[in-house]
Amino acid sequence: MPASDGIEPLRGSGLDGTDAQRIYRYMLLARAISEKSWLLTRQGRVLFTMPCDGQEAADVASAYALDRGNDFIVPYARSLGAMLVKGMTTQEVMLNMFGKAADPNSGGRQMPMHWGYKKLGIISMGSSVATTIPRAAGVALASKLRKQNAVTMVYFGEGSASEGDFHEGLAFAGVHRLPVVFFCNNNGWATSVPVNLQSAEPQVAKRAQGYGFPGVTIDGLDPLTVYQAVKAAVDLARSGEGPTLVEAMTIRMMPHSSSDDHLRYRTQEELDAERKLDPLPRFRDFLISANLLNEESDQTMSDSVDQEVEDAIELADAAPSPDPDSAMDRVYAP
Amino acid sequence: MRLIEAVREGLREEMAADPGVFLIGQDIGINGGVFRVTDGLLEEFGPGRVIDSPLAESGMVGVAIGAALNGMRPVVEIQFADFIFPAFNQLVSEAARMHYRTNGEFPVPMVIRAPYGGGVRGGLYHSQSVEAYFAHVPGLKVVVPSSPYDAKGLLKAAIRDDNPVLFFEHKLAYNTVRGEVPDGDYTVPIGEAVVRREGRNLTLISYGLSVHHCLEAAETLAAEGISCEVVDLRTVSPLDTRAFLESVRKTGRACIVHEDNLTGGVGAEVAAIIAKDAFEYLDAPVQRVAAPDVPSFPYSPTLEDALLPGPPDIVRVARELAAY
Ligand SMILES: Cc1ncc(C[n+]2csc(CCOP(=O)(O)OP(=O)(O)O)c2C)c(N)n1
Ligand SMILES: [Mg+2]
Repeated sequence: MPASDGIEPLRGSGLDGTDAQRIYRYMLLARAISEKSWLLTRQGRVLFTMPCDGQEAADVASAYALDRGNDFIVPYARSLGAMLVKGMTTQEVMLNMFGKAADPNSGGRQMPMHWGYKKLGIISMGSSVATTIPRAAGVALASKLRKQNAVTMVYFGEGSASEGDFHEGLAFAGVHRLPVVFFCNNNGWATSVPVNLQSAEPQVAKRAQGYGFPGVTIDGLDPLTVYQAVKAAVDLARSGEGPTLVEAMTIRMMPHSSSDDHLRYRTQEELDAERKLDPLPRFRDFLISANLLNEESDQTMSDSVDQEVEDAIELADAAPSPDPDSAMDRVYAP
Repeated sequence: MRLIEAVREGLREEMAADPGVFLIGQDIGINGGVFRVTDGLLEEFGPGRVIDSPLAESGMVGVAIGAALNGMRPVVEIQFADFIFPAFNQLVSEAARMHYRTNGEFPVPMVIRAPYGGGVRGGLYHSQSVEAYFAHVPGLKVVVPSSPYDAKGLLKAAIRDDNPVLFFEHKLAYNTVRGEVPDGDYTVPIGEAVVRREGRNLTLISYGLSVHHCLEAAETLAAEGISCEVVDLRTVSPLDTRAFLESVRKTGRACIVHEDNLTGGVGAEVAAIIAKDAFEYLDAPVQRVAAPDVPSFPYSPTLEDALLPGPPDIVRVARELAAY
């Protein structure tokens, strides 16, 4: 690994050292929020969470490839890293976790980790997986009709790629060569169901071929690889060349959700082995070898991230809950 | 003007007035829709605004929701109301609750048009009335026009509405129901019923093509000295309760008429509201005329005719009511 002064493009990724450090901090932040949220559910202070541990490289680096002020994200429940990159603050995430009135995602109406933030170009998701996929094609269709120079990226898991809406969304986007990137986080599991029970062809990217546009499978544990692949897809989309399906191979280090016990269907040995692939230490080692980080700066960064999360939890916990008198409000738009 | 032309006029005018309005559906482009509602619109507005979708209803509605969230006003044509069910999840889980779940941040200005109804020998899958499924869902509006004037005015209102609106057009009415439609722009407000015929002895409450059956029955009954008021709901969700309650308080007798099957239909809801809010005015039990609880209309004319509710059924029930 060549040493870098911090501004040289890294491994031909198009990112410089400062970008890499930023990406690393977002990854640390996503991990810290995910871990803390898990603890909060164990303490009964937060009622639900969906950890993103193992997916930080994929989420953060993919969102980093967007024009963040202009492009759209249609997220799913494990897209925390992408939300942070898109501009959601730790404070706002924690308001969402605690279901408080000031949660910009839903004002406490949706479960935690259900994102949607108009000001940031984050299109609202519900719990029904894959409904987002044709919706993303629709956002991109509107961009095309309105001559907005925007790309839409939609996130989902490999299990959700079995839904009809996945296929219907891809078909439409392909026909109209829409500026959309389909980002599949293939962590091998849909709750307890392994990917080989989703399809006899578990490589999701191959499905793009059926709809006439490229599909690529990449190492989702390396942010530079993810950035490069997604940037290429985003550029293609923006230039009018249509969609790409990016399949990032990741790991799910934690149970599916705070309501799940993954030891019912996975062994501890398997989980221990997978933990060795954790994208965070891997990227940390890379940054240290590239002289973009050392023990001390790493510690400083971790400390500041932890402090940020602690502060956000304190504020969110103390923030007012939604007014019960508002529970019937806004069923219809005025 | 025929009802089909009124719908087309409504679409054309809204498309001309607002570049955000576009159409998406199956066979709506060069073919002009299987009923020809969109005939000529592709030529006028081009393929960017009249989009022939892949054969995928959920995808179509999902795409429309996305476009609506990004500044457009899509109008989706479901080829037959019977084929709306693949999109049920998109409508109920997404479109209907988007505004609520985002605390008002993301309205979904979208119209879903679908031809409904039987009497065309379309069998079980080209004859259904599906409004009750959607009238049950908070966040959706459900409109069923009975006249060309209303079809155009309500459609224009639906397109301008910031909520998802389901707009059901009786396929038998397309070319058989005619009426005056003024030139130029006007809207008919969603959520307002109208009295189609004034009467004293009983109130017939209906919507869509069945309104015409009520009017025909009222004519017959008038000759027997039974004076019927006919209330056309026009919108089945949200209901204009004031309009039919006012009528029932005057006549003291009510019968709800729809082509949809009886159980859990719009009539059940209207009856419950009357029972609660006009109870002391009632001189007879609230009645309903509806299709029996059979899974849609069968194909053979002898079978379909045995099940389709029509003016004679209304006349029979109205006589019972009047004599009660
Ligand atoms: C339509 C629908 N069916 C079932 C569920 C319940 N559910 C939530 S997440 C999930 C598994 C999703 O797996 P995948 O798409 O691979 O994403 P991952 O959780 O692995 O990131 C299921 C079955 C749901 N939310 N929506
Ligand atoms: Mg998965």
